[in-house]
Amino acid sequence: MTNPARHSEEKVPAIKLAVFQYLIALVLVILISGLWRLQVLGAQNYRALAQANRVRKVPILAPRGKIYDREGRLIVDNYPSVTCFLVPEQARYLQADLPLIASGLHMDVEQIQSTLRHYRHTPNYQPIPLKSDITPDELAFIAAHGNELPELETIDEQRRLYPSNGFAAHLIGYVGEVSEEMLDDPRYAFYQPGDVVGRSGVEEAYDPILRGQDGSRDIVVDSHGRELGVLGTEVPTPGTSLKLTIDLDIQEAAEKALGQRNGAIVAIDPRTGEVLAMVSRPTFDPNDFAIRIHRDEWNKLINDPEHPLLNKAIQAQLAPGSTFKIIEAVAGLQEGIAQNLIVDCHGGENFYGRFFKCWISARHQSHGITNITKGIFQSCDVYFYTLAEKLGIDKIAEWAHKFGLGEKTGIDLPDEVAGIMPSPEWKMRNYHQKWFAGETISVGIGQGAIAATPIQLVRAIAGIASDGALKRPHVVFPDEVPASLREYYQEQFPGSGNKTVPISYANWVTVTDAMSQVLSFAGTAGFAHLNGVDVAGKTGSAQTMSNALAQKLGHAHTMDDNAWFVGVSPRRNPEIAVCILWEKGAEGYLSARLAAQVIEAYVDKQRRLGNNLRPPVQKRAVGTPHTPNAPAPRTTAARAQKTMEMAGVWNAPADSPAAIAGQRAFPLPPAPDGQPQVLRGARFLLTPSAASTTPHAVQQR
Amino acid sequence: MRKLISFRDFDWVLLGFVLLLSVVSVLEIYSATLHTKFVHFDQKQMFWLLGGLVCMFILSFINYHLLLDIALWAYGFCILALVAVLAVGQKVLGGRRWIRLPGGIHFQPSEWVKLVLIIAVARYFSHLAGRGGLTWSDIFKSMAMVGLPMLLVLKQPDLGTALTYAPILLCGLFLGGISIRKAVILVLAAGIAIIPIWHKVLKPYQKQRITSFLQPDTDPRGSGYQIRQSLIAVGDGGIWGRGATKGTQTQGDFLPIPYTDFIFAAYSEEHGFVGAALVLLLYFLILMRLIQNAQSAADLPGTLIVMGVVAVLIFQIAVNVGMVIGLMPVTGIPLPLMSYGGSSVLFTFLALGIVMNIRMSRFVN
Repeated sequence: MTNPARHSEEKVPAIKLAVFQYLIALVLVILISGLWRLQVLGAQNYRALAQANRVRKVPILAPRGKIYDREGRLIVDNYPSVTCFLVPEQARYLQADLPLIASGLHMDVEQIQSTLRHYRHTPNYQPIPLKSDITPDELAFIAAHGNELPELETIDEQRRLYPSNGFAAHLIGYVGEVSEEMLDDPRYAFYQPGDVVGRSGVEEAYDPILRGQDGSRDIVVDSHGRELGVLGTEVPTPGTSLKLTIDLDIQEAAEKALGQRNGAIVAIDPRTGEVLAMVSRPTFDPNDFAIRIHRDEWNKLINDPEHPLLNKAIQAQLAPGSTFKIIEAVAGLQEGIAQNLIVDCHGGENFYGRFFKCWISARHQSHGITNITKGIFQSCDVYFYTLAEKLGIDKIAEWAHKFGLGEKTGIDLPDEVAGIMPSPEWKMRNYHQKWFAGETISVGIGQGAIAATPIQLVRAIAGIASDGALKRPHVVFPDEVPASLREYYQEQFPGSGNKTVPISYANWVTVTDAMSQVLSFAGTAGFAHLNGVDVAGKTGSAQTMSNALAQKLGHAHTMDDNAWFVGVSPRRNPEIAVCILWEKGAEGYLSARLAAQVIEAYVDKQRRLGNNLRPPVQKRAVGTPHTPNAPAPRTTAARAQKTMEMAGVWNAPADSPAAIAGQRAFPLPPAPDGQPQVLRGARFLLTPSAASTTPHAVQQR
Repeated sequence: MRKLISFRDFDWVLLGFVLLLSVVSVLEIYSATLHTKFVHFDQKQMFWLLGGLVCMFILSFINYHLLLDIALWAYGFCILALVAVLAVGQKVLGGRRWIRLPGGIHFQPSEWVKLVLIIAVARYFSHLAGRGGLTWSDIFKSMAMVGLPMLLVLKQPDLGTALTYAPILLCGLFLGGISIRKAVILVLAAGIAIIPIWHKVLKPYQKQRITSFLQPDTDPRGSGYQIRQSLIAVGDGGIWGRGATKGTQTQGDFLPIPYTDFIFAAYSEEHGFVGAALVLLLYFLILMRLIQNAQSAADLPGTLIVMGVVAVLIFQIAVNVGMVIGLMPVTGIPLPLMSYGGSSVLFTFLALGIVMNIRMSRFVN
């Protein structure tokens, strides 16, 4: 023992060591009970948590159904695209990573920050869409930085490819991210935040059909999100493709006809209600929406005073102007008033102590003695003022409602508007004011409070030309809709639907013949005459607001009128009806020429399909005084009077079987064996010579 | 007088338990690093164990009284080394804990300080024995002796290692004969002292670690993440475990550092409650065997040294396993004989070497 200080004899009492032993036993018992709690009592819970940790559902997005025209030509396609997502849970230092992410994805840090703020209430494990349609070099950046930026993920999907230049944009609509308000709607219960959904047009209306069922892949991942294996795959179901009633040829003609003018064109097949073309201007490019639209661009679109997102074919409610006279004429004839009503137009007339001008007074002319036929094709305002006074507002409103004004047509597109058909009852209900008698006079020429949409007008006038058979317009063939959804679509798009308004035979002939004369030299739309094609229609030029109101609002000039035209071909039981709305187009006959282009495209196509070439110009009846290309002089009242006789020749006599049948009358070249040969698709030829010289060329209605 | 010590008195039973636990450790390190870049850590651990065994045998032949004699010098050297670490140490993960020595060796003095402190404290309290109780002066001196290296290590900052010095002091005070009255006063004083320590000494991340273990779900992305993943791993094991190399938490890299601090969670996931309970039983047997050796030691310093080792071991087991099962905050204390790491293995085997020498010297005198 070298160290004297060492007290070798001292011992630690055994009791103290025993305390240690008990202490150790106690600690271990506590630890074991802790293990018991986790591993025996909580095993199921923690097993589930471990499972949730390592298994991730990666959605496989279903491509939306493609959209075709009536002949199966592709309108809307899909293309493969990659979207970059950010999963906050997987980030280590998210804020520190942002500059790198921003530079790699060519975004601003501020932009990413605002996206993150937008999604700040979503759970951390939920992927946040950061950038759509990333480029190959951005994809390479994400792949190369898998270790530094584990929070970035990509997902393959199919994106919408729409026609360029806004072709049929309003009809087709566009897709976008589902909004929060939509998620509250039970119709969209199917969707999760961030999903893409149809937001307008066919894309919205037929979303339940176009959308597919997303699939998913259950992958096993480690804590960095690296894929370790696949547990199972749920195959996505692609959306169903849809065939529209649109005919691309007609649509193209309509797009071309309207050009850059503001307004709308809608063409329907009156026999079925199928929409053949629908154009609205100004337009927009739905491809801008396929990728997340920039806020500035969006603001530009929604703040544009011309409302490019508005589908004017179904959403513009405007005064129909003189096109309304057709409906009023039918009302007058059916009520037995118009047949015997003869009016002497002096360029205007006094009603209820106020002078109402006829449009022709602006030319210092008058219509003179006018009956219903002349009243229609010369669009004599005085005639219809008088007729309106005699009918009274209640009768006018009743007939207008019969032809679908003031209520939705039930077209299968979202957000159709109903328009307004005023009546004393309507005014009392909405303004608590009494109806003034003078208002009836204004309504008589389609002015005043009356407002209609192009689709309403084309349906009403096509219905009149079809002997009162009105069809529900639609853009998708009903048999394209699965039986289980048909009722849903009936409820989804309420409207006056299919219905027949009885019109007497004589009245039907009178009105359609008068409409046909609108396109004669004597008519208001002589310019739009198509050689060898039976077109009937009605012009309209409606004031956008009263001149007095325009002055009050400080407009230096009086506003240009909206130019309307509703045309059908052939005149009775038409196969095509077109409505043109040219905003501030001034004159209805200018619109009529646009309609003529659309009708011509249809007729040409039908002829092409029937291999029946258009007859050469020489074959036209001798004495037909103008060629389509030569500018016809503006008809004066005197000339109109004179040309009326010629027009009478030009049009088939009202009692000729060909004219009554209205269509299917055309010149038939004698067959080699001497028998008449009926050519398919040649039914639009109704030249005077043909009608009068080929009595056997008649088909029954 | 002293006789030659012989291997007849070597504690083969204790060594058997220790080696059994080491085998479990190597297998679990193999499993936990299988799919990571640390894939050969099980082999490295075997080298450390081999080195540890050699050191243990060498130390078991060195008379522990020799160590007691140089304890003061060693203590002084340790303080210098800790100051050196603060001055020139390698900065790794925000802390200065290592000195890089020539030849690529990373020297972590704070682990060795533990061993030196055990011997120094044993020497200090054995000198005071027989005076009829500890005076306040004795107590404060011992507190200063342990407190100085503790503060230096806290400064690195390495809260976990610093805390392991505390049981050495507590064990010494308890066995050195502190009166119950003074003990109560000390406990009360410590309770009051915690408040300024909490506000002044602890770094924010250390505070966060301590608070987050109470509610791991409040911050699943920050400090709570480790505890959460650890709890899931342990619970996922169930009664029988997922099987070696089959634990999804361990293999999927959800469990943080599953080969060192969280090795017990990895082991519990793959071998279940049964496996975990067996390991705790092994620890119990080892500790009981050590206490038995302490009891049979030839003199007071021998007993105090062995009990110092016991105190450090049980403290580390309690804190580490407690952390893994969510009863303790995350402090970064490795599990002795299980966690991967050279310093930890060497400390344990050197300590066992001293214990072996104490046991073999029990009949000497």
